[in-house]
Amino acid sequence: MPSMTMIQALNSAMDVMLERDPDVLVFGEDVGYFGGVFRCTAGLQKKYGHTRVFDTPIAEGGIVGAAVGMGAYGLRPVVEIQFADYIYPAMDQLTSEAARLRYRSGGEFTAPITVRTPCGGGIYGGQTHSQSPEAIFTHVCGLKTVMPSNPYDAKGLLIAAIEDDDPVIFFEPKRLYNGPFDGHHDRPVKPWAGHPMGEVPEGYYRIPLGQAAVLRPGAALTLLCYGTMVHVALAAVAESGIDAEVIDLRTLVPLDLDTIEASVRKTGRCVIVHEATRTGGFGAELSAQVQETCFSHLEAPIERITGWDTPYPLAHEWHYFPGPARVGEALKRVMEF
Amino acid sequence: METTDGRAAEGGRRQPLRFHVPEPKCRPGSAPDLADIRLPQARLPRPPVDTSSDQLHEYAYGLVRVLGDDHRASGDWDPGLTPDFLRKGLRSMLLTRLYDQRMLRAQRTGKTSFYMQCTGEEAIAVAQAMALEPDDMCFPSYRQQGLLIARGWSLVDMMCQVLNNSGDRMKGRQLPVMYSAKEASFFTISGNLGTQFIQAVGWAMASAYKGDTRLAAAWVGDGTTAEADFHYALTFAAVYRVPVLLNVVNNQWAISSFQGIAGGEVTTFAARAIGYGLPGLRVDGNDFLAVCAATRWAIARARAGFGATVLEFYTYRAAAHSSSDDPSGYRPEGEAALWPLGDPIERLKQHLVAAGEWSEEQHAALTAELTETIKAAGKEAESFGTLGGKASSPRTMFDDVFKELPQHLRRQRQQLGY
Repeated sequence: MPSMTMIQALNSAMDVMLERDPDVLVFGEDVGYFGGVFRCTAGLQKKYGHTRVFDTPIAEGGIVGAAVGMGAYGLRPVVEIQFADYIYPAMDQLTSEAARLRYRSGGEFTAPITVRTPCGGGIYGGQTHSQSPEAIFTHVCGLKTVMPSNPYDAKGLLIAAIEDDDPVIFFEPKRLYNGPFDGHHDRPVKPWAGHPMGEVPEGYYRIPLGQAAVLRPGAALTLLCYGTMVHVALAAVAESGIDAEVIDLRTLVPLDLDTIEASVRKTGRCVIVHEATRTGGFGAELSAQVQETCFSHLEAPIERITGWDTPYPLAHEWHYFPGPARVGEALKRVMEF
Repeated sequence: METTDGRAAEGGRRQPLRFHVPEPKCRPGSAPDLADIRLPQARLPRPPVDTSSDQLHEYAYGLVRVLGDDHRASGDWDPGLTPDFLRKGLRSMLLTRLYDQRMLRAQRTGKTSFYMQCTGEEAIAVAQAMALEPDDMCFPSYRQQGLLIARGWSLVDMMCQVLNNSGDRMKGRQLPVMYSAKEASFFTISGNLGTQFIQAVGWAMASAYKGDTRLAAAWVGDGTTAEADFHYALTFAAVYRVPVLLNVVNNQWAISSFQGIAGGEVTTFAARAIGYGLPGLRVDGNDFLAVCAATRWAIARARAGFGATVLEFYTYRAAAHSSSDDPSGYRPEGEAALWPLGDPIERLKQHLVAAGEWSEEQHAALTAELTETIKAAGKEAESFGTLGGKASSPRTMFDDVFKELPQHLRRQRQQLGY
């Protein structure tokens, strides 16, 4: 099985789907000739032509709006928003239109579109190239929200997203594009090559949306995470020596509540980690769900380790980024409660 | 204040800055006055459909007209429509107006919560529907009910949506008048203005990508031209040379804001097209023949591969914005009657009469017949219930959020007791 970076895995997913389904189109800013600023679409225009993979004007609302129209026709457009920070001009098309076409038309019209967008910090991107706005989309009825943590999942989930008949927002943690990142920014960057999650089949496979992955079984507590924070969480568990069960949510909507409930009922403790800001973050929803369904099993308060309630500061990003030290301290606090 | 580079010499002392808030000429309490509206006297010729957009600038500031004050058709924009075609158009326009009247009464008597008429604008939707093919996809705003009526869609179906009853195919989810009829190639209406403009562009791109022959057409009001989606649509339509008709219905009012607030005081809405390299045509929206002719021109252009056209239909919103609106609060009484381009139904009727193809007696008989048609449809629709009466099951509230019901929605539905 070949080793792929997350960029190559995403490219492979689009390649597979462009090959399999003539109704799949790929477009966005710089995605055509150049192959995207992160190179996720490299080579696709040359292989599939200018009317299937093409550049767009700098108009995120236009990109998504056009995709909604194409979806309503019956195509399956895959669009790229160059950074998640730039998705806000497209919010009306996503929240009022794509998310509700099926509902408001009684099922007559649908928007089977996939919106890919790189998210997260840790690349010195400052406050306009580092955001993780996934919680905003989880609040919107009718959207599915996905964030993979590794190349294997990224390909399988993206194929599932493209095949899905509902609109999917697909967040790509760009800090993971070229290698797993566990938050130790002062150590050399590791590549995906040689990492088990970097082994990716070249052909078609899918990972169903709505299924979490138990990455590390454990008995002492449940650690809920997704995206880059999966690797931070695994590092924190290894360094703390606490027997935590680490669950990679993979899909936030629909959420795999069964896996979460079963784990927390078993461990009796829950820690939630995400990179996005704290207030109103997806951790708040996870915390409420666990409290509602597992309250009588809890032996300690639920802890949330998140980014702070500030914009992402360039010069201070390693103070903002929830690293393994902060996560490890939370694990100990919960265990010692 | 002297400066060393001579700026003082050019502009003198620096003055306090100002900005301008446009106001209509007349407000309630004053006599309506539309004397400033100057209609172009010169008739613009019908250009070949392959004319370069930069040769069409004057069409964005002129006015495509066919019917004269004598109710006769003239000029080379005359589409040469048959009397049967014109009588069919007249019938659809009249049916639309009677439908509006019936539905407004339904709102006033508490059978529904809300209604929006298109009084005075019937020619636009009806003539355009008749110019388009039945399977060309329409992305309407909330004042193009005439599209459905001209396409022969079920009046009962439309009424059930307005009444939000058990026959409402939208299952009681949409504000009345927000129809959806895929079979009639009528896209689900959004309450968020302008969003469908760029969607229509995307739909037309998809149609072209698939080698289909179906066009897309979209409608916005004058006020909505200020929305970003309008500009996205024109940019994408121009860049990708998309086969789409982008219609602006300039009915002078966006609720209480006159068209100058959207930028109509300083230029025309058709002229927006010029900056994008698209043809923009300003058309008498109350002239059924002119609407049909301009639409046919744009369709021919799109089908020949020359891309999109922006059509501004110059008209007047004779009625309130909606059943919740009272225009006496912001515009003078009787202004609609002074609209220099008249009433579209009356104009088409007089045209047919002048041509010897229609009479007052025939018109009265048609009105009576259509009144009965609307009455019967109304009774049938009300048999499915009215607002607050029979409706779809609350269980259906959870359907169609996603294609398949996810776990969390199943739990919530069970919590509600279904």
